[in-house]
Amino acid sequence: MTKAIEQASNATGKDPRPIKLACRNVWKLFGTNAANFIRERDGKASAADIAGAGLVGAVRAVDLEIRQGEIFIIMGLSGSGKSTLVRCMSRLVEPTHGKVEFEGKDLLEISDAALIELRRHRMGMVFQNFALLPHLNVLDNIAFPLSIQGQDRSTREARAREVIELVGLRGREHFYPRELSGGQQQRVGIARSLATKPEIWFLDEPFSALDPLIRREMQDELMRLQTMLHKTIVFITHDFDEAIRLADRIAIMKDGEVIQIGTPEQLVVNPATDYVAEFTRDVDRAKVISARSLMRPCDGAEHGGTVAPEAKIASFSASIVAAGKPFAVVNGTGKPIGEVTPQAVIDLLAGIERAGA
Amino acid sequence: MTVTASSSQARPPIQRWLVIWVLALAAVLVVFLLQDVVPWAVDYPASAVVPVADWVSALMGWIKSNLSWLTRSVTAMLGVPLDFALNLLAKNFKIGHGADAFVLPRLSWVGVCATAFIAGYAAGGRKLGMLVGGCFLYIALFGQWTSAMLTLALISIAVPFCILTGLFAGIWAWRKPWAERLIVSPALDLMQTIPTFAYLIPMLLLFGNSPVSAMIATAIFATPPMVRATMLGLTRVPLEIGEFSDMAGCTARQKLWRVLLPSARPTLMVGVNQVIMLALNMVIIASMIGAGGLGYDVLLALRALKVGEAMEAGLAIVALAIALDRLSQAIAHKQATGNVHRSSASPRFWRRYPNLTLAIAILAVTTLLGLFVPAFAAVPKAITFTTAPLWKAAVNWVTINFFDIIEAFRVALILNVLNPVRAFCEGFPWLGAVFLLGLAGYQLSGLRLAALVAALTAFCAITGLWEKTMATVYLCGISAFIACLIGIPIGLAAARSDRFEKIVTPVIDTLQVLPSFCFIIPVVMLFRVGDVTAMIATIAFAVVPAIRYTNHGIRQVPPALIEAAKVSGCTPRQTFFRVQLPLALPEIMLGVNQTILMALAMIIICAMVGTRDLGQEVFIALSKADSGRGIVAGLAIAFIGIVADRLFNAWTAKARARLG
Ligand SMILES: Nc1ncnc2c1ncn2[C@@H]1O[C@H](COP(=O)(O)OP(=O)(O)OP(=O)(O)O)[C@@H](O)[C@H]1O
Ligand SMILES: [Mg+2]
Repeated sequence: MTKAIEQASNATGKDPRPIKLACRNVWKLFGTNAANFIRERDGKASAADIAGAGLVGAVRAVDLEIRQGEIFIIMGLSGSGKSTLVRCMSRLVEPTHGKVEFEGKDLLEISDAALIELRRHRMGMVFQNFALLPHLNVLDNIAFPLSIQGQDRSTREARAREVIELVGLRGREHFYPRELSGGQQQRVGIARSLATKPEIWFLDEPFSALDPLIRREMQDELMRLQTMLHKTIVFITHDFDEAIRLADRIAIMKDGEVIQIGTPEQLVVNPATDYVAEFTRDVDRAKVISARSLMRPCDGAEHGGTVAPEAKIASFSASIVAAGKPFAVVNGTGKPIGEVTPQAVIDLLAGIERAGA
Repeated sequence: MTVTASSSQARPPIQRWLVIWVLALAAVLVVFLLQDVVPWAVDYPASAVVPVADWVSALMGWIKSNLSWLTRSVTAMLGVPLDFALNLLAKNFKIGHGADAFVLPRLSWVGVCATAFIAGYAAGGRKLGMLVGGCFLYIALFGQWTSAMLTLALISIAVPFCILTGLFAGIWAWRKPWAERLIVSPALDLMQTIPTFAYLIPMLLLFGNSPVSAMIATAIFATPPMVRATMLGLTRVPLEIGEFSDMAGCTARQKLWRVLLPSARPTLMVGVNQVIMLALNMVIIASMIGAGGLGYDVLLALRALKVGEAMEAGLAIVALAIALDRLSQAIAHKQATGNVHRSSASPRFWRRYPNLTLAIAILAVTTLLGLFVPAFAAVPKAITFTTAPLWKAAVNWVTINFFDIIEAFRVALILNVLNPVRAFCEGFPWLGAVFLLGLAGYQLSGLRLAALVAALTAFCAITGLWEKTMATVYLCGISAFIACLIGIPIGLAAARSDRFEKIVTPVIDTLQVLPSFCFIIPVVMLFRVGDVTAMIATIAFAVVPAIRYTNHGIRQVPPALIEAAKVSGCTPRQTFFRVQLPLALPEIMLGVNQTILMALAMIIICAMVGTRDLGQEVFIALSKADSGRGIVAGLAIAFIGIVADRLFNAWTAKARARLG
């Protein structure tokens, strides 16, 4: 496990973006006397110890760093602790042990007033079941976070109308939540969380209450918003396809532990455990794996074309098979760093594993 | 019953408990037979009675003489809004004194009826408007206007008070779990089981015979549902909504007032509806300590045995109850709807609230007109009806033609059912009852329940009220038993046929909103005063929960289980008896529990029609203003209720646990 995390942090080690949010050995145990339990053990405990003490280990020894502007996805089966971890990051749930650093400052140390201030202006959250206020219409729901900050009506309604425009809900300002479809309600939830222009944006399974078609539409919507807004996003899902579409990096959780953190491609190519492999099994590998992972050193054969190292196999599989010749993989300077053979592509598409592929 | 409870458990415990129960019953029987040897175990010796009543009297006397400055200032303070409401709705404002006093008229009855119509229309459309307006018009035309408005004025001041107190108490209990566990929940339980009458005595003593003391008694009596609704509503707000408010950066106060309470509105409104209905019920009963109004009319007419007048005032109460209930329910269910075309510029007041403006205008115009046209000020005699002679004639006709049948029925009931049971109950050894109930408590829950049940039962004996307690238990027991015998089959039938349910539902809905007084009137007309009247009125009053819970219990059995039973080859009969009934049993028992509690509350009020039990004890205490006697009897009644309630709940919890 540690190896997997190291590998992940190596991959991001080159990342020049500053760290926005970090968890340092974060624990959340439910049960009586949990704080003493973990403090006595100096922030280390095995699953058996925890169960033996009659506690529930919702989040265990989580270390991770989220960079500014990144879409960081947390995945895992139901009950694996995703929601609890994200709530620890925003201190909706008080971690039992460890540190949560927001721009290098320990979030657990700051005062209540500072926390309120932080949540009012710099954090936003979208909920699985929307959590819209039933007694307010769309406009007032979206303006609500601004109104509790004490902004006057015209300012906050002007801002609310801006975000309504952004999520495409114009004309529904005066509807009440129960008069909207699920997809529309979640748009309101998204608009509401964006109204305060947060820097970090938590989304807890925002689309899982929606049917597949709407879900896809909302994913596109999220991507579109992100290209405009460049938020730091922490996103929970248990749909790996959704994760692949959106993620910069994915953290996989099991029983409260983070098992592996990496790009979708790293998870598919190098799963740390069988559990991770099981997660990625049904993935369309050609859409995840890039030319760089599939290439081998050039052996002097004639090339039928060139591809960038980051290009996904799916983007050139048809042309390489049609050409019947290897493609050169070239980096920015135009120098070939390797080649991809049609056979390797066909094997990948057919799902055949070959040593050294 | 406790024996059957254990009968389906694993084998060895049944046999053990069976043996224990047989031995226990035998022991009690021995005590009963050896009355001459151990008389103190059967009848509590008068010499050993603990004079709790005297102590309470002394305490109340001390409060009265030392805290009179407090009670007097409370009376003065509450008197102001109350007088205003009374003057506005029922009396007139008199400014100045003597002959040259200037009289500002009360609201015109025409205006109030129109306002009732508009309120109904605004809350639930034309049909509700007609219903509510019609009820008020009925009250006016049948000559009950002033009394009804007195009653309404009391309610309209008591209800906001209840709602505010209930809201804050509920919030406090929700915030502080220790307060809920140690203070609020026990207080609510006690308030719910103490009979309405018992509230009146201390109020009478402290605040005198006046509308203010009636109002305070009403406010205390009607607050618990609001407390419960607030606690329930706040705990039921989805977790995510609370999390959202934290993430939006709400302070604790903003979170409560701007997020949680508005989100809990539907549950809170259910509480408001219940507060209104309880307040109406209590205001009627509080007429005994000076509330006046419709209740007082009923009381006077009943005392003079004027059935016609009593019936008329009773029907006016029914009309008022239906109007208030339907209106508050419609307001509770009303939800704002969005609208694409609404402009956001804030319009004028009258554009924003057209109905309110219209109502105020009509009230103002008709009231002013009342200064010049008497027909607007008071309901003109010429257009009022009175049905009193009609009712009297009807009763006369029934009594003349059916006297023999009714009398035979009454006598047979008394001789064959009531008297034997009564004799059995009153002769029951008090020590035996304490012992058996304690044993039941131990079997159902454990030592704590056993101690509680035994202590409360013993209280009734050592205060010297044993015989009266058992008289109450007997009448309450028989009534509740018959109510279940009638109610459960109706509930079962309603659960099996949607058509029948459609017929039953409005009937029980209406029965439920009627103040308890109303049930006595028609029965007293036919059966005169006595235990039979009390029993029949109680059955009619207490049958509702038995029907409702049975129906609901059967209907909530998961369809998947019924399908599973069908697939495994059960006949409909088998499905019903083997699957639905056992699964619904806990819910049905909950209904039985409610029925018992309601029967207890009603039996006490029936003291007015001449029963000889604890209710009468309270009634006498009330007329003599003997607070100690009344409060101790009231506590004894409450303890009967608590014992029954706790035993039933323990049994239901056990049954639930067994069903998983
Ligand atoms: N308040 C609580 N008290 C006790 N245990 C809790 C509490 N909240 C969560 N848990 C436990 O912590 C574990 C993790 O829960 P969490 O809600 O974080 O899972 P999740 O990964 O978000 O699951 P899902 O996909 O179903 O949302 C679960 O085993 C849950 O039972
Ligand atoms: Mg979750």
